[in-house]
Amino acid sequence: MADTELTGAEIVVRCLAAEGVEHVFGYPGGAVLNIYDEIYKQDKFLHILVRHEQAAVHAADAYARSTGKVGVALVTSGPGATNAVTGIATAYMDSIPMVVITGQVPTPAIGMDAFQEVDTIGITRPCVKHNFLVKDVKDLAETMKKAFYIAATGRPGPVVVDIPKDVTQHLCAFHYPDSISMRSYNPTSKGHAGQIKRAVQMLLEAKRPVIYAGGGVILGDAAEQLIELARYLGFPVTNTLMGLGGYPSPDPLFLGMLGMHGTIEANMAMQHCDVLLAVGARFDDRVIGNPKHFQKEARKIIHIDVDPSSISKRVKVDVPIVGNVGQVLAELTKLAQAAGHGPDPESIKAWLAQIELWRSQDCLKYDRESAVIKPQFVIEKLYEVTGGDAYVTSDVGQHQMWAAQYYKFAKPRRWINSGGLGTMGFGLPAAMGVQMAHPGAPVACITGEGSIQMNIQELATCKQSNLPIKIILLNNGYLGMVRQWQEFFYEERYSESYVASLPDFVKLAEAYGHVGMKIEKPEDVEPALRKAFGEYKDQLVFLNFITDPRENVYPMIPAGKGLSEMILI
Amino acid sequence: MRHIISLMMENEAGALSRIAGLFSARGYNIESLNVAPTEDASLSRMTIVTRGSDEVIEQITKQLNKLVDIVKVQDLSDGCHIERELMLVKVKATGEYREEMKRMADIFRGRIIDVADKTYTIELTGTGAKLDGFLEALDPAAILETVRTGASGIGRGDRVLKI
Repeated sequence: MADTELTGAEIVVRCLAAEGVEHVFGYPGGAVLNIYDEIYKQDKFLHILVRHEQAAVHAADAYARSTGKVGVALVTSGPGATNAVTGIATAYMDSIPMVVITGQVPTPAIGMDAFQEVDTIGITRPCVKHNFLVKDVKDLAETMKKAFYIAATGRPGPVVVDIPKDVTQHLCAFHYPDSISMRSYNPTSKGHAGQIKRAVQMLLEAKRPVIYAGGGVILGDAAEQLIELARYLGFPVTNTLMGLGGYPSPDPLFLGMLGMHGTIEANMAMQHCDVLLAVGARFDDRVIGNPKHFQKEARKIIHIDVDPSSISKRVKVDVPIVGNVGQVLAELTKLAQAAGHGPDPESIKAWLAQIELWRSQDCLKYDRESAVIKPQFVIEKLYEVTGGDAYVTSDVGQHQMWAAQYYKFAKPRRWINSGGLGTMGFGLPAAMGVQMAHPGAPVACITGEGSIQMNIQELATCKQSNLPIKIILLNNGYLGMVRQWQEFFYEERYSESYVASLPDFVKLAEAYGHVGMKIEKPEDVEPALRKAFGEYKDQLVFLNFITDPRENVYPMIPAGKGLSEMILI
Repeated sequence: MRHIISLMMENEAGALSRIAGLFSARGYNIESLNVAPTEDASLSRMTIVTRGSDEVIEQITKQLNKLVDIVKVQDLSDGCHIERELMLVKVKATGEYREEMKRMADIFRGRIIDVADKTYTIELTGTGAKLDGFLEALDPAAILETVRTGASGIGRGDRVLKI
């Protein structure tokens, strides 16, 4: 096989097949025509045609989030690449393994301001884990191998491979390397034994412990190890927005989500603990609020992360452990079990009792008797109707926070949202990626009328690819989170946050060939959901829930404030 | 505090822009930066002079290490090291300046490497402070042009940055 020469385009397709890629999300254009011609001729993977490049990248991203595999997107040069940038930045902020192949103008045209030319490497550089411009077809196969390797290992992230059109035409013998080693890239996986020992000692001496687990637990497939450690020690666990599903929400040791819209029990426990075990989390501004306020209370912090630069970035920690979170957690459990004694039971009991006091304030209560539909009620019903086992994607805003608060995720990789970048328009294309990866599974996209319109054109993709997504639109007629901030912090000056002239979403859904429903009364919520997931199981259903326009997300920590400075309902 | 960071990186197109981009994106400051290939043509060696608190320097080192093209990073300020910078200064060399400039160059152990009717070009090597000292010692009216490389640094004794 090594003797036959293949074109660069054939090599791209062969590389993808060799990586076991089954789905590629993309949009054709001039610079990638050769690659698309080879896609036409092959049957190793399925190409999903989107309606906007941003959606291709979000779909590939969510595919990766829900499976743990590397997502793949393919776009053309110039506007194809620039449209992809939001998707790439979204994946970068949430550390999602993804390879984005971008077409480029032919090498002699680079720098000539050619038609559809843009410096893709320059534009994407700050929002990728790494990127490559392939100038010689001889480097193509090895570059593809490196791209997948870099995307998936260490702290994962998106990798862009920019391929000029002439490179896709040039011939070269094809050899795909089985493995790759790079002297400049060797992520650490094994945690430092001495630090692990110190950590165990600290955990066993803890009187008011909390485990704070983030997206790293999901990305590192470490949920099992986390549960084992938490249950062995009997320590309460809180998840970040990105970590939801990493610890089963219905568990009594679970404190709920922490942070800006976290529960009282999670935020107060975080603030007042004496030993904090941070796992695959990064103390970001939406999680601990003001770091100075956070550091007012003395506590010991153990931080496990695969990325050394996440450690001691915003908050100084006492025991840093760089390594694969699953491996480190397993070692912690092993050593804790071998210690022959657990933490002081009396102290832990008192601490859990304190937590129950905080929990008893029932910070997620809302008016269940309301005559208008409460958005929280829709999420709770969705949870019931789907048995808590749906894949839930979301857009960005109030609906995202309600989804995170009220859908009790029990398994990892079920909750798919843009946590870091906060990309409106993420939800629907993300649901497409998830549904492609899990054809029979229930997939719900929780969205708002602002977000859904940012990638509404993807309803056509869903039709073409038969994706029976359930769109849960919490329609309050406002850019809800913007409205909430304006109510709280701008004396109710609702500047440009009311979305006038909304389309008739039912007709819109129907125009794209889907089922549309408008739900206006609380008593109709559950029947509509049952119908969507029952009778219309195999169709995309667009459920337009008309919800209370004045509802706010509580609790809330105003930006720049501390964890114990929550605004409560 | 001032730190001098030395690093080895793959000698590839775009590697420099990744480093410059990292510093600007994260708001770190660069006092000087110099880079050139090493005896191994596949590797470049870079010296960055920066300022920041211990926390910032720790982050800079970690973020640099995270870049895929970077092979090794060392904060030379952690131990004994030597640093040198090269400066070329073009000065007036007319009238009484002609003798004075020669004398100043000698005092600072500089060399005059270009002589013209009206100008000298002086080459001077040393720490940044020494180069600053030289410029301060000259009559500002005599200085026509200066160009400096930024510091290059290397560890003392057995301290070696190699892969």
